[in-house]
Amino acid sequence: MKIVVCIKQVPDTNEVKLDPVTGTLIRDGVPSIINPDDKAGLEVALSLKDSLGAEVSVITMGPPQADAVLREAMAMGADKAYLITDRAFGGADTLATSTTIAAAIKKLDYDLIIAGRQAIDGDTAQVGPQIAEHLNIPNISYAEAVEVEGDTVIVKRQYEDRYHTVKVQMPCLITALGDMNKPRYMTPGGIFDAFRSKEVTVFTRPDLDVEDAAIGLKGSPTKVAASWPKSLKAAGVKVTLDPQESAEYIVEKLQEKFIF
Amino acid sequence: MDFTLSKEHEMARTLFRDFAVNEVKPLAQEVDETEVFPRGTTTKMQKLGFMGIPVPKEYGGQGCDTLTYAMCVEELSKVCGTTGVIVSAHTSLCAEPIKKFGTEDQKKKFLVPLANGEKLGAFGLTEPGAGTDASGQQTKAIVDGDDYIINGSKIFITNGKEADIYVIFAMTDKSKGTKGITAFIIEKGTPGFTFGTKEKKMGIRGSATYELIFTDCRIPKENMLGQEGKGFGIAMQTLDGGRIGIAAQALGLAAGALEQTIAYVKERKQFGRSISKFQNTQFMIADMATKVEAARLLVYKAAMAKDTQKKFSVEAAMAKLYASEVAMEVTTKAVQLHGGYGYTREYDVERMMRDAKITEIYEGTSEVQRMVIGGALL
Repeated sequence: MKIVVCIKQVPDTNEVKLDPVTGTLIRDGVPSIINPDDKAGLEVALSLKDSLGAEVSVITMGPPQADAVLREAMAMGADKAYLITDRAFGGADTLATSTTIAAAIKKLDYDLIIAGRQAIDGDTAQVGPQIAEHLNIPNISYAEAVEVEGDTVIVKRQYEDRYHTVKVQMPCLITALGDMNKPRYMTPGGIFDAFRSKEVTVFTRPDLDVEDAAIGLKGSPTKVAASWPKSLKAAGVKVTLDPQESAEYIVEKLQEKFIF
Repeated sequence: MDFTLSKEHEMARTLFRDFAVNEVKPLAQEVDETEVFPRGTTTKMQKLGFMGIPVPKEYGGQGCDTLTYAMCVEELSKVCGTTGVIVSAHTSLCAEPIKKFGTEDQKKKFLVPLANGEKLGAFGLTEPGAGTDASGQQTKAIVDGDDYIINGSKIFITNGKEADIYVIFAMTDKSKGTKGITAFIIEKGTPGFTFGTKEKKMGIRGSATYELIFTDCRIPKENMLGQEGKGFGIAMQTLDGGRIGIAAQALGLAAGALEQTIAYVKERKQFGRSISKFQNTQFMIADMATKVEAARLLVYKAAMAKDTQKKFSVEAAMAKLYASEVAMEVTTKAVQLHGGYGYTREYDVERMMRDAKITEIYEGTSEVQRMVIGGALL
């Protein structure tokens, strides 16, 4: 079985601080990580490799520095890595991004494609399903558990209030939820191999069979009209009451919000 | 000269740090209080290859270098000195001499399970009357047919009772002095090999420190490590490498205490402001950080020298001497900057100060390191 995992390099939001004056994110000096949902997807792929045997490839689109997340994925156990990088791909929205990544995946062999549900720096949850559309294969998003049975994949799909168990013929694409597993650590030897004996294959603009009008800024119909920092929540209401009144006050407030 | 770490070393540090913070730190206080060997942690480290970092892949290891191994011990020791020394004693003192002096058969039988994490290792040289003067070995090994029969005892053995494989030293010919010392590999469970008292220690309290007792313990001749009479040299060369591990442990303790103290002095307020605003605090932190960085450079240099130079005794001795004394100084100052809170077990620096003291003593006291350095210079 051949599995392709789509990963994205994102700033570690746990380390991101807000500029107190402008209210914007300070990204300078913030470490980059594999997007958590994507890392869970990688863990699914590596577990399938452990249990059934599989070749796991990781692919990312980004600046040359995104090489780091591919090396990390190989240090965890991925076999092959592909970096899609070119200035021509810059400024892409989700549509142009998925068009570009799908064009690269077309050059690879795959039975199963796994993407994270969404990236912590964009939160769109669109790129994975769009890749499936471009490749004309089924997509199951919000996977909480994944099993492979013959040439089918059985996915426990999470909704707000229920689950669906979906069985689908491969090739297909699934998007993984970050809390579905605990991704494994790298190994020291895996890290050395990732840098010293494994290669990252680079795809640039000429390597991909895709229209100019469909990539980068030109291929991006999404226009951000305006962006502004979210206004901060006001401080809570302070009341001074005795214990009996306090309890009644809290119950009343909870009932107002239908929590109690 | 380039002091920049390679990308693989940077990534390895990230791995060790993540593991230390997520898996080791939450248990550190309990391990210290209960004096229970952290078997759960060693099992996790065994699975991740932490027990065979500088061992070649063909012998079950990770195929990394000594620097990577030192960084592992450093990051573990930043949060738990006990966990740092478990890895150090196993790797430097047991896997390493078998890798360097073992026969091919010994490597297959003992090094592979040590490096791939199936088995834990230990080293037994010290005796009640043979500490700094390691030549005063009383443990005897006498040839009997195809076997050696060993009688005697070893004390203060790190990973004692918990380890499966032990590299130990015994006199095969008392009349020859240090040239009568021979190294052996002994497995736990060998008849006549038992464990005595478990030491109650000031620090690294989760580390199992035991007496090893040999009573007519019969081991096959093929378990002799190196040649007969060459044990003293094997012990000394092994300790040269071990000192890099302990230097890394000391570095970790100092760096960990420094990190915690920087965070604390920013939070702690006295006289209406954070104590980090006082020049006394700033100067103390500046001195601590400078010494930690100097120790780090010496430790990393010694680690690299081990992989590139035939002899690295002086580099290892300097690294251990300096890093361990810095560890004692920095952890003591860390407690001072924490004030009364630093003297309680609420804060990690109290444990770190107790853990740091042993780094000036084991695998060659600071005085021995000065003897090694002075001897090489004069």
